[in-house]
Amino acid sequence: MYVLSAIASLATLGLILGWILAVAAKYLKVETNPIVQELEALMPGSQCGQCGYPGCKPAAEALARGEALVTLCPPGGSALAEQFAVLLGISVDLSGFEEPEILIAKVSEATCTGCTRCFKVCPTDAIVGAPKQIHTVVADACIGCRKCVDVCPTECLQMHRPELTLRNWRWHKPSGQPAGAAA
Amino acid sequence: MIALLQSLRIRGGIHVNEHKQATAGLPIDDSFPLPKRLYIPLQQHVGKPAEPVVRVGDTVFKGQLLAHSQGLISAPVHAPSSGTVADIAEYPAPHPSALPIRTVFLDTDGTDTVQSGESATDPFTLEPEEISLRVASAGVVGLGGATFPSAVKLNLGRQNKIHTLLINGGECEPYLTCDDRLMQENAAEIVDGIRIMLHGMETGRAMVGIEDNKPEALKAMRTAANFHPNIEICKIPTRYPMGWDRQLIRYLTGREVPAGGRATDVGVLMHNVATAYAIHQAIRYGRPLIDRVVTVAGGAVANPKNVRVPIGTLISEVLVFCGADKTRTGRWVMGGPMMGEALPFADVPVVKATSGVLALTGSEVKQGEEQPCIRCARCISVCPAGLLPVDMANRIRNNRLEAAVDIGLKDCISCGSCSYVCPSNIPLVHYFKFAAGELAARQQAKHKSEQTSKLIDERNKRMERIEKQKAEELAQARAAKEQSEKADTTI
Repeated sequence: MYVLSAIASLATLGLILGWILAVAAKYLKVETNPIVQELEALMPGSQCGQCGYPGCKPAAEALARGEALVTLCPPGGSALAEQFAVLLGISVDLSGFEEPEILIAKVSEATCTGCTRCFKVCPTDAIVGAPKQIHTVVADACIGCRKCVDVCPTECLQMHRPELTLRNWRWHKPSGQPAGAAA
Repeated sequence: MIALLQSLRIRGGIHVNEHKQATAGLPIDDSFPLPKRLYIPLQQHVGKPAEPVVRVGDTVFKGQLLAHSQGLISAPVHAPSSGTVADIAEYPAPHPSALPIRTVFLDTDGTDTVQSGESATDPFTLEPEEISLRVASAGVVGLGGATFPSAVKLNLGRQNKIHTLLINGGECEPYLTCDDRLMQENAAEIVDGIRIMLHGMETGRAMVGIEDNKPEALKAMRTAANFHPNIEICKIPTRYPMGWDRQLIRYLTGREVPAGGRATDVGVLMHNVATAYAIHQAIRYGRPLIDRVVTVAGGAVANPKNVRVPIGTLISEVLVFCGADKTRTGRWVMGGPMMGEALPFADVPVVKATSGVLALTGSEVKQGEEQPCIRCARCISVCPAGLLPVDMANRIRNNRLEAAVDIGLKDCISCGSCSYVCPSNIPLVHYFKFAAGELAARQQAKHKSEQTSKLIDERNKRMERIEKQKAEELAQARAAKEQSEKADTTI
């Protein structure tokens, strides 16, 4: 008899607690905006902070709240701004948008002491080197976050324009906009 | 009636002022003096650049391999004459930007010493794969201007079991007559090249399309192909851009290559007549592609003609040879005036793609003020790809590139017909080239951001691993210390 009442009371307790948990899950759910995740997925994800937010997630949250412009991400450029606009369902006029100039870091070999500080902070492992050896930046992997520039004790890391080659040379946009041109 | 039906097969196109009469009647000039120094770029083809196998100071024979191909789509580069390798360094490329490209500087010794070549064999006893290999090692690329490695194309033809090989003798660009002259003077060699290609692709039939403004070339080719019933010489109407492969395919076979597809999708493949000649030279005599016929013309040229010049000759030297007046030149163009590249200066080398060198006077270069569009729709009626150039340009002007892609930007071949007929001088093709470059840049940026997130991911994982390892080591050290302390106390 004692055994049966124990089973019954424990089962009842379980059911009641389960029900409370189910109700709590429904009504006390912490809202995360799914669009934030989608926005964050589009971003470069290097947490470089060039937008003024401490990382890509806070920037995505600000975008979702409508506090930031779609053109906030310099490494993403206008292509990313277009994708943001599509996702947020807003129309954006990029005709006056100046493509932000992407600069990449370059080691001046004359002043590099091989202190290894720069490649320890590089978020994309774009700097290669060894202690007391001259370091170098792999231009294709550099995202221009300037973290290395800040830590370099000899100021041998400077930001430069990427070298123009036959591979990345492009035709400029025709400048002429005739008067009264139909858009 | 049949002619009428066939003319329906031509979409768009324009009748341009040909400017061919100055050079079409003159024989190819073989008397070009060997330059003291040749500048041979290591990338003269679509694909990966060639990798040098010679070193500075090496003496090379004419036809010796300078750089071997790397990767699946690439082509080797050979020495156009004998001499010494003076340097391997950067030199301006024959490109509108004149940005540097890796180049072999060859000081010629004037003797033109040839390396003892491979003994000639009957190509029809060779395996088809062997033909491709030999064409590849001779550095033959598409000489119509696209410079796609020919051997890769032969393999594509064999793998896709094409039914007809099309040979492009259209030469629809104004001014250019190098293919015309080649057909007139070397018809038998071209036909032999076509037969070798057919053998290499295991294909039975070939059709050669020649525009009806080249009656002499037509006659010569018909005579040469007389005993080869599987090679049909077809007269095609003179209408730019008839030499565009899809236009020619549509006209000769009646099949339409689907957008985004390849010629092999409709069972054909196209090569240029000059490529056929180069393949004949490569297979019959083991001669790599080290020289080519270049049309030198334009209003500023006193003696326009076709000249056979070694690859790597400076364009400025070829122009001086033909009496070009630098002061009267308004623009230098490599290739034809419709699709060629404007050059900022002429001290750049002749490459495999250089079909023509034009020194145009100011009056020959259209330089009108851009006016508003008057909606005449001429650009639409001449577009051979059936696109709406004016609409695409407007979308690009307003930075709506995706919208321009939606209406077929990627099918534009930059043939220049729309810009040519536009009465308002709207630089339509310039818009399309800008947009194509911008799309490529975005593609690259997207690729980079994907790579970046991969790199960051890897780094984070590594950092975690290192942290964990450190923690473990710390714990182990602590345990060891405790144990030794315990041992101390027990003693």
